[in-house]
Parts: sequence; structure tokens; C-alpha cells
Amino acid sequence: MRAGTAASHAELARVVRQNAGQLAASLMWVTGDFATAEDLVQDAVVAALQHWPVEGIPERPDAWLFTVARRRGLDVLRREGNYRAKLAQLRWPVQPDPDERLRLIFTCCHPALPRQAQIALTLRVVCGLTTAQIARAFLVPETTVAQRITRAKRKITDAGIPYRIPADDELGARLTEVLAVIYLLFNEGYLSTAEQAHARDLVDDAEWLAALLHQLMPTEPEVAGLLALIRLHRARATARFDRDGGLVLLQHQDRSQWDQEAITEASRLLARAARQQHPGPYQLQAAIVACHAEAERWEDTDWEQIVLLYDMLLHLAPSPVTRLHRAIALRYTAGPGAAMAELDALGGALDRYHLYHATRAELLRELGHPDRARAADRRALGLTANPAEQAVLQQRITWT
Amino acid sequence: MRYVLLFVDTEQFANDLQAMGPAERERAYQQAGKWFADHAGKLRGGRKLQAPETATTVRLDGGEPVVTDGPFVEGKEVVSGYAEIEVADLDEALRMVKTWPGCPVVEIRPLES
Repeated sequence: MRAGTAASHAELARVVRQNAGQLAASLMWVTGDFATAEDLVQDAVVAALQHWPVEGIPERPDAWLFTVARRRGLDVLRREGNYRAKLAQLRWPVQPDPDERLRLIFTCCHPALPRQAQIALTLRVVCGLTTAQIARAFLVPETTVAQRITRAKRKITDAGIPYRIPADDELGARLTEVLAVIYLLFNEGYLSTAEQAHARDLVDDAEWLAALLHQLMPTEPEVAGLLALIRLHRARATARFDRDGGLVLLQHQDRSQWDQEAITEASRLLARAARQQHPGPYQLQAAIVACHAEAERWEDTDWEQIVLLYDMLLHLAPSPVTRLHRAIALRYTAGPGAAMAELDALGGALDRYHLYHATRAELLRELGHPDRARAADRRALGLTANPAEQAVLQQRITWT
Repeated sequence: MRYVLLFVDTEQFANDLQAMGPAERERAYQQAGKWFADHAGKLRGGRKLQAPETATTVRLDGGEPVVTDGPFVEGKEVVSGYAEIEVADLDEALRMVKTWPGCPVVEIRPLES
């Protein structure tokens, strides 16, 4: 034991995450029962979070967690002699190879489970978050998360959701499901402001999950695309907020604060994926972000290339929000009038989306309609609950 | 595991079927028949139901049983048939159902063991 070294939150999170999924996969292998394995891991994680901050992180955290889970397992499985005997004989590591966490991930993200449950299960089982941590991160009551988990686990057992990696012909669709869960997690964390700094950093979990998935499925280009996307965003994260926690728009960010090394690294990852010639929504989004990240100054942004990438993205995954983003890029290649015409066509679909109105406001201002611009900003203000975004809009309404 | 597949018709589907010529409709029925033949090894029974107009619903949650005409939920989607299947797990059931050529909605419900 590293006695006396009080472990920081980040270190605790990192060590738990590194081990929880492995433990879950091993217990799953022993008991064959997802719900039981999941419960045992959760108990071990909760115990670790009680002991480690005081006693320090043990030298072999994996063995420590396993010992707690096994002790608890022997208790819980008292009536099931078979598992109990098996569990009693086990020594850690149970099953070092191959990494079984992929099966775990696919089970947690099974399409027969509702999205919120997929997210909660993945965080709990694969990343080792506690129910309380998940609840805090998503600003929902703990009982809500607990209920989602209980229902999902019951469904896995009762409806016969298998514990396995999908067959080749279904892998594509199933992988899309997993990537969507990780992407949502990332977004959830990325959009939350500095005010929630005490909460669990979901962006961290999202990047870790994407990296794990990339390690387990190194030849899947969309997995690499999502990982690159997350890293390209994170490389520029510090420049997104000013000293007072205010949101800084891309145009005004201090680019010297961007982590150039991380940007280069992520771009390289993306280029390797692109060489497989299977473009997908995550690779394309990452390519768009890379265009921004690689521009030394705002003026150097390659808007032609960005519009082109948006065209490809719209072809693969049509969505009004993507069209909105394309229109923003179009403003720099074809002018504010052309962008405005695009926006007018989107009014029906995006009337309740604050960024639609905020973008309209910017274009109206540029086209010489300050009053209509303020009205659009006010409309945007009424539609966002994000304090950082509210501050930017309020400022614009007051000063421009 | 055993599951029941509940085949669900929509108004649109019924109208489409109605609008078909006899040859086309016959082809649609044949496709459904072929699907049943292809999966015969996993099927444990099931039938097509008569039209929802023939249904009678009895509600027993009040004081006296109340008998009404029609299916238990009034809506655009009605159960039109069922099949019991025996497969390894939900993924196998899903794989099977995804190739179903008939009505547009299928609910997969596990049976209690």
C-alpha cells in the first residue's frame, strides 16, 4: 500500500475505471449471470471509494477489488452451490486474456435497451461509476438511475439478451449503437459548463471508452473517427472558457492555448482511419473539427473543405442540425445572403433550437438588420438552459 | 428461450394490402408463407387472427364484467397474429424478425419459463 498518500478524485476515477470492467468481465465468466456480476462489481467499487481515499490506493487495485467482490459473491451465492464452489477456488487474475470487455460493452449497449439505460449500464459496468456518480453527472435523482439499471438488468436476464460480440453481419449496426452511447456521453460532458466542475468528468469517461474500443477493435475506422473527434475537441478545451468561466467562441479563442501535440496526434489517427476508405459520420465530423484545429488563425480556416465535408456528412446522415452547421460554413464561402437562404429553409425543423436563432442573429447583424438580430438572440436566449451560452447571448443583446 | 412474436398491422398496411391486385396480394401471402417455411424448425405454433372487428373485450376491473365490441386498445395498430418460437436468445429472435416480409410491426415477448 502507498500508505499516507491521499488519492485525488481523478486518480481514484482512473484506477477504478481501469479495473472495474475487467473485474465485471471476469465475474461474468465465472457466474454467467450479468446481473450478479454487475452487482458484485458495484459493491467492490463502492467499498473502494470508502477505503482508498483514507488508506491510499493499494498496490494491486485489481486484486483488492476482486477480493472484495469474491467475498461478497460467496455471501450472495450461498444458495447456488455451483457458482460458489467455483468462485471460492478462484485466484486473481481470473482470466487475463483475451480482453472480454468488448462483450460487456455490446451487452450494455444492446439495442433492446432504452438509450438512458445503455448509458447508465455502460458507465456502471464498464467504467465503474457508482449510481450516485451517474446521478450527479446527469443531474437526475439517484433513484431514477437505480431504477433504470434495475430494469435494464432484469430485461437482460428475462428477455434473453445474449452476452456476446455480435456476428459479422450485425456488427455494423450494433457498433453504431455503442458509438452513439459514447458520443452522447461525450456531448453531455462537453456541453456542461465549468459550474459543474465538481461533477464527474464524463468527457474523460467518453474518451477512455472510445480509446478502449479502439484498442479492442483497431481496424474499425468509425471507432478511430470517434476517438479522434473527442481528442480534437479536448485538445482545444482550455481555450473554450475565459478566466471567469465565460464561453469563448471559436473565432475569438486564443489558439496558442490549444494542445498542438494532441491535435497532430489525433489528426494522424484520423488519417490512418481514412486510408481504409470507409468514411462515416464520426470520421467526417472529426475531419471538420480537424480543419478548424489545424488552422493557425481563424482567417486561415479552410471553409471550402469544411463545406465539402458537410456535404458528405449530409449525404451519409441527413439532419437539419448538420444543415445548419453547413450553412454557417457557407457564410464564409458564399456570403451571408446564401447562408441566410439556407437557414430560411430550416426554420420549420429547428424553430425550437437555440443555435438556429443565434446563427440567424449573427447573419441578420451582418446583413444590416440589428433589430431583427436582437429579436433572434432573445429567442435563442429563451431556448437554452446552458448558463455559459446564456451569458454570451445576453451580452450580444445588450452590446450589439 | 421461448418467445411469442406478436404481429401488428397498421391502418396503412391494411390499406396497402387492400389496394393490391389479386396477383400481387397472392405474392405477398406467398412471401409470408415462405418465411414460415424457412423458420419451421424454430416455430412452435401460432396463427393468424381474424380481423379486429371480430374482437370482443371483457373488462373485469370494475364491479361487474363489462363486455364491449372491438380490441382492447382502440388504435391504428392492431395485433393480427402470433407465433411462438424457440431460439437461443433475443439476438436470434431479432435476426429472424428482421427478415419478416409481412406486417410492419412485430413485438417480441419472452415467455415465462
